[in-house]
Amino acid sequence: MSVKFWTYLFVGASFALYLFIAWVCRVRDTKGFYVAGGGVPAAANGMATGADWMSAASFLGMAGLISVMGFSGGQFLMGWTGGYVLLALLLAPYLRKFGRFTVPDFIGDRYSISTSQTINHDSLLHRIIYNPARFVAVLCAIFISFTYVAGQMRGVGIVFSRFLEVEVNTGVIIGMCIVFVYATLGGMKGITWTQVAQYWVLITAFLVPAIAISIKLTGNPLPQIGMGSTITPGNPGEGAYLLEKLNAIHKDLGFSSYTDAFGFSGESGSKLLNMLFVTIALMVGTAGLPHVIVRFYTVKNVKAARWSAFWALLFIALLYLTAPATAVFARYSMINSINGTVVQKQEDKPSWFRNWEKTGLVVWLDNGDGMMRFSNGDDNEIYNKQPLPAASGLTWDQLLTDHAKWTVDNTQGADARAILRDNPDISAATKKKLKGPDVDIIVLASPEMAGLANWIIALVAAGGLAAALSTASGLLLVISSSVAHDLYYRIGNPNASEKSRLLLGRGVIGVAVVVAGLFGIYPPGFVSQVVAFAFGLAAASFFPAIVLGIFNKRVGTVPALMGMIVGLGFTASYIIGNVYLGMPTWCFGIAATGIGTVGMLLNFFVTLGLTPFFRAPSPEVIAMIDSVREPEKEGPAVMIETADVH
Amino acid sequence: MNNPSNTSSAPPAENARAIADSLRRYWRSNILIMSVLMLIWAAVGLGCGVLFADALNQFSIGGYPLGFWFAQQGSIIVFVLLILVYCVLLNKLDKKHHDELESLGHETRSAGPAGGEG
Repeated sequence: MSVKFWTYLFVGASFALYLFIAWVCRVRDTKGFYVAGGGVPAAANGMATGADWMSAASFLGMAGLISVMGFSGGQFLMGWTGGYVLLALLLAPYLRKFGRFTVPDFIGDRYSISTSQTINHDSLLHRIIYNPARFVAVLCAIFISFTYVAGQMRGVGIVFSRFLEVEVNTGVIIGMCIVFVYATLGGMKGITWTQVAQYWVLITAFLVPAIAISIKLTGNPLPQIGMGSTITPGNPGEGAYLLEKLNAIHKDLGFSSYTDAFGFSGESGSKLLNMLFVTIALMVGTAGLPHVIVRFYTVKNVKAARWSAFWALLFIALLYLTAPATAVFARYSMINSINGTVVQKQEDKPSWFRNWEKTGLVVWLDNGDGMMRFSNGDDNEIYNKQPLPAASGLTWDQLLTDHAKWTVDNTQGADARAILRDNPDISAATKKKLKGPDVDIIVLASPEMAGLANWIIALVAAGGLAAALSTASGLLLVISSSVAHDLYYRIGNPNASEKSRLLLGRGVIGVAVVVAGLFGIYPPGFVSQVVAFAFGLAAASFFPAIVLGIFNKRVGTVPALMGMIVGLGFTASYIIGNVYLGMPTWCFGIAATGIGTVGMLLNFFVTLGLTPFFRAPSPEVIAMIDSVREPEKEGPAVMIETADVH
Repeated sequence: MNNPSNTSSAPPAENARAIADSLRRYWRSNILIMSVLMLIWAAVGLGCGVLFADALNQFSIGGYPLGFWFAQQGSIIVFVLLILVYCVLLNKLDKKHHDELESLGHETRSAGPAGGEG
């Protein structure tokens, strides 16, 4: 049966399941809408957090990136898992004990200038002036979530377009409709249980092909062990250790070694510094992302919050421990399937290559000998159709037509490889990206590269969709709660009724879906950079404010606010200057992705440096910190109906 | 910040010091556990996985160079274990001090309105 049949079957069945769950879990009150009624079991919450966390970028992009980067790809693996240790030890239990709905709620209450009893907050201006920290935090949360969600909708479009053979834009619109229905219907409760289902779909889809390739290549069913084993007979390079063989191949083709780490001196030292800073920025950014933090409000008590951080990382680790193996297998299969293949007719090309050639994400520019070659040198023939800068005056159609003429008779047309190599208008970064297949197809194409069954290929498509949709819906909920709860209810109109807040919450999701969809259809061209932006900003703004808010009773409003503004301002201006305005990396040569670490340090430095000069928090706030630091009894704490404020 | 109304009468004066002491010991043990675990976190993730990976790469386990293994496998496994240890230790500590406080007549304040399957 064809890939298309299986894809329709898997995608259709999984979508029906998601909608069914959303219908069963539909909610009627704001607490159910925002924090799932506070009653999600720790293990289920862990799975939902995992699905929320593992986006299209983790599922589709990460293994591809690692397979190109080798050792330094570890920065993503360590960054996106190490952050959970910070989250579990420094944030989750305390935020759960504090027990409000959102991150701006915590920042707003912890850093309020005075509490509601002493000053009459009867005008909008008052509410902003007397709680500037909440206002800044709301804006950060909305911005971070939006930048993130734009990338997800694009991911949905790409998966649909390849496997259902529709336009990318049509794919985005289908995704928008699905997300809209179950996010507005179910709120956090519906999303949480749908994400549990999505977790299983995506992890199965990731593990099955990895296990199948591992057995085929190394004879070991555990990819994590297979990666460090010897190659089984029947495969090229049999008997040697897989990683050693891959290093040898890399050396022959002019790539840098796959497993070599960085030393302390010279160019290697600056790579080491960058890897260190990127790793820290991703770790701290993870712990500061609002859609991850809000997860820990959805469990019953502090004990469950701790356990759900453990379950979350365990479930995430299943994918993150497998991704490096997928990366190695894919790298090895890809190079072996391309190099030395003599092509006389279309069918001689590897089948994965023919399928993906149609999308332009991989393209072969032959040197005329009819033999495919992928290398890091001038003799490389494997490219992908990255958008070319308008200034270069080049179009892919023209390049390919000229190149086809040139391969037949080298007095006619032109060698596209030489043009791409020598054109001064194409930046060095783009030139690097042009070589080899697009990194985003590695995971989707790896089952085909290894020649696995059609149903496995279709399963990967369903997994990619589950990953993109689960993250998108979690983020949309954070946007909705930021606008309806933090902005409208807490700042705009504190007298708003439960019903009008719920209605507004649903309305905001609708608007956010449309905006996110528009970003997906008209990508701003910087979606991948924007994700780095979100991490940097989260690291430089929320993380220090929350950590100091819990562990330091002396830090008051002004220092915390100044810290957030300095951290955020520095990080944002460095990224914008570096990525869009062509500024050099003046800060010790640290790349834009790693600068969040410096922003975070600045934030801590400014906040702690200013603290002695400003007023300590009010007695009410001190009492709140004390109560957050107390041991909590097991079992449900306060009933929502009997609590004072909600 | 509105504390929920605490209906029980205040604990006797002689217990007040014991309560404050218990709370202080709880927080100190918490910080100690946290610091040790964070130290391991940094040593394994940033130390073995990035800073000293090159030096560790001269050793190998199976077909893995050791530094590479830490960067792409070992550190993640250690992270999961760290959270597991934290959960077990802290939940035990919570229970111990909560019982202690309860016997002293201290009602654990609840900080906010959420919680409970309301």
